Amino acid sequence: MILELENISQRKNGQRILSDVNLSFSKGAFFVLMGPTGCGKTTLLRVAGLLDKPSFGRMKYQSEPIPHRGKERLHVRRRMATVFQRPVLFRGSVFSNVEWGLRIRGISEDEISRKVSQVLVMVDLEGYGDRDSSTLSGGELQRVALARALVIEPSILILDEPTTSLDPNLRFNLLRRLKDLHSETGITFIMATHDFTDALSLGTTGAVMRNGRIEQTGTIDEIFYSPSTPFMASFVGMKNVFPAEFSEDGAIVEDLLIRHTSNKRGHGFLAIPPGAIVVSRETTVTSERNHFAGTIICIEREGSIFSISVNCGNLLMISSVTRSALSELDLTEGQDIHISFKASAVHVF
Amino acid sequence: MPQLLEAFRIALDMIVSGDPVVFSIAFRTLMISVTATVIAALIFIPVGCLIHFNRFRGKRFLVSIIQTLFSVPTVLVGMLVFLLISRAGPLGSLGMLFSPGAIVLGEVLLIAPILTGLTISALSGMGRDVADTALSLGAGQLQMVLKVLSESRYMVLTAVLMGFGRAVSEIGVAIIIGGNISGYTRTLTTAIALGVGKGETSASIALGIILLALAMIVSVTVNTLQHSEK
Repeated sequence: MILELENISQRKNGQRILSDVNLSFSKGAFFVLMGPTGCGKTTLLRVAGLLDKPSFGRMKYQSEPIPHRGKERLHVRRRMATVFQRPVLFRGSVFSNVEWGLRIRGISEDEISRKVSQVLVMVDLEGYGDRDSSTLSGGELQRVALARALVIEPSILILDEPTTSLDPNLRFNLLRRLKDLHSETGITFIMATHDFTDALSLGTTGAVMRNGRIEQTGTIDEIFYSPSTPFMASFVGMKNVFPAEFSEDGAIVEDLLIRHTSNKRGHGFLAIPPGAIVVSRETTVTSERNHFAGTIICIEREGSIFSISVNCGNLLMISSVTRSALSELDLTEGQDIHISFKASAVHVF
Repeated sequence: MPQLLEAFRIALDMIVSGDPVVFSIAFRTLMISVTATVIAALIFIPVGCLIHFNRFRGKRFLVSIIQTLFSVPTVLVGMLVFLLISRAGPLGSLGMLFSPGAIVLGEVLLIAPILTGLTISALSGMGRDVADTALSLGAGQLQMVLKVLSESRYMVLTAVLMGFGRAVSEIGVAIIIGGNISGYTRTLTTAIALGVGKGETSASIALGIILLALAMIVSVTVNTLQHSEK
């Protein structure tokens, strides 16, 4: 592990911003920190980047404890770099911005010149050295900030929602650039985002925060496809999340018995992805182990698909269908229909 | 009115012809004010940094006090320094009273709140972003402070010029602890006051024009710097 946070808590103005956070970052990983706005992501990144000291807890860099002050802390901080959500460039040229981190480390002029030129090529800013930093566009500014951080060759690069203030085109380009840089440099990336596309396209491991606590941590696949709590299920966009009583026969949700493939017993939760629920006008004999009759309550468009809310007894389930399926089945609100889904599609936690 | 116009004409003539008395007073005033401003800047810009970058109980109250002292009456500072350096005072043995050094000391104390307070304002105006960026790129505390100072240099320079403006135009300190001694501690303001009292209107107007010109140079420079800041 390159960086470990143990029982980190942070208080500000009497308010607890972080509570008992435990996280480990493996070397070379692209770690994505997710969570709703205000959950403490930025505060955690500031602690991880040694910009703030935690109120409680300890940190380790390459298994060695990081002291709260002194030269050793500065030495570790110099192995990290942070790119903020809205980066501030210093007065002067792009070159003077990018070279600053090297200059304060006492690197020779020749070395500075070589490294800055190299890193400007890496972020597609070749020939921008003499440009005044105040004349740059949002995307260019973000890339200069990235170059300024990369030039010092950190072991850990911390990115706080770097794509938030960019338009979709620039955002796509920056994400692609970050992905390339991660594979080219082998640097450990820690990136906060509230955008699932960013997380899914870049992350190898990650964590989700809620109210200053870590809700779930693991690989990106584990986070998105095996959420461990109802909050996680709803956070990653799962619908049809219900509390259930689990027994040998299946799960009782309201008055319905839902079959699943888990061995869980007692109280828990289950989630059924809307895309796994098949809607039909007649009862059909299929391999699906869960069949229910219901009434369509409403049909809503959600981008390119349609969301159909079906009332099955006392349970409201949501299914998603394509436009062609909707017109083929001629579905309308108030219509009685049948829904079915496989036991293996039921996610239990 | 014709008398006033005539006095004004003579004053301009004194400036154009380089009247030695007028210009020696102007030069002395400049030397005293520049020295006081440089000393005050060297001491109180770092003091402003110390206050801004450290958290301590009563910080907000201290900043309020400093801001209140921006407009401390010059005669009050003059009187306090007089009590300090007069023969009976704690620094009486230094024999500084009625010397240019005494005026410099008084002016340093007079403009200290302006330099400290405006440095704090300049640094506060930068927000946390520059400091955080510097730290995130591996700066030590001193490197971070110097970077923030460098980024807010126009505002800090404005503070220095404001301090100089107050020093050059004050009269309370110069007259109380300088003593208005001809050829030694006489400054533009004390000379104008004396000239008016003695009815030497032309010389006073000439000195007033020079003082106004200095004030205008400071004002134009401050405006230019503030424009550069934007």
